[in-house]
Amino acid sequence: MKNPLDSLWGTVISGLILTLVLYNIIKFAMQ
Amino acid sequence: MDFIILGLGRWLHIMAGVMWIGLLYYFNFVQVGALKAAAADNTGAGITKHVAPRALFWFRWAALVTWLAGAMILGQHFLDAFLFLKPAYYPIGIGAWLGTIMFFNVWVIIWPNQKKILGIVTATDDEKNKARRLAFLASRTNTMLSIPLLFFMSASGGIFRTAVFG
Repeated sequence: MKNPLDSLWGTVISGLILTLVLYNIIKFAMQ
Repeated sequence: MDFIILGLGRWLHIMAGVMWIGLLYYFNFVQVGALKAAAADNTGAGITKHVAPRALFWFRWAALVTWLAGAMILGQHFLDAFLFLKPAYYPIGIGAWLGTIMFFNVWVIIWPNQKKILGIVTATDDEKNKARRLAFLASRTNTMLSIPLLFFMSASGGIFRTAVFG
């Protein structure tokens, strides 16, 4: 599998997915 | 005192952060592609000699100032954020951890490897190639981490935290 960080779009999409994952974890933890 | 630590401190944190992340985006969105294109017609020497060292200078020192100013703003709540001791500090805790990982990447991975790439320290061609890959991946990792970092930083205070996290 190709490393997503080798492309700019892969990097940005990885960052957005990580944001979504962390957001849901923190929102759940704060309730 | 609050004016200095919270008011001026946050101003400094944001200014240095803009310089840090701005230069990070310059490297990733501009310089990597420019050097690749320049390699085709051998015109990259000017970028490597005159631009990259200056950009790296402001990049790594801005990273340090950003981190220190951030730690100063957290003040007595430093551990609340880093150890997730209070729910109100969870979002800034994530931001603080992401910023710390990125700061580590700058000083421990990117800068020592860039010194080899730019010839500031001596390295064999093989070492330079390994350094190029490591610095590239650390830089791309920081670009990826900057996305949640900026989300959690901007969603961490007062009305913004309430709006985003309820």
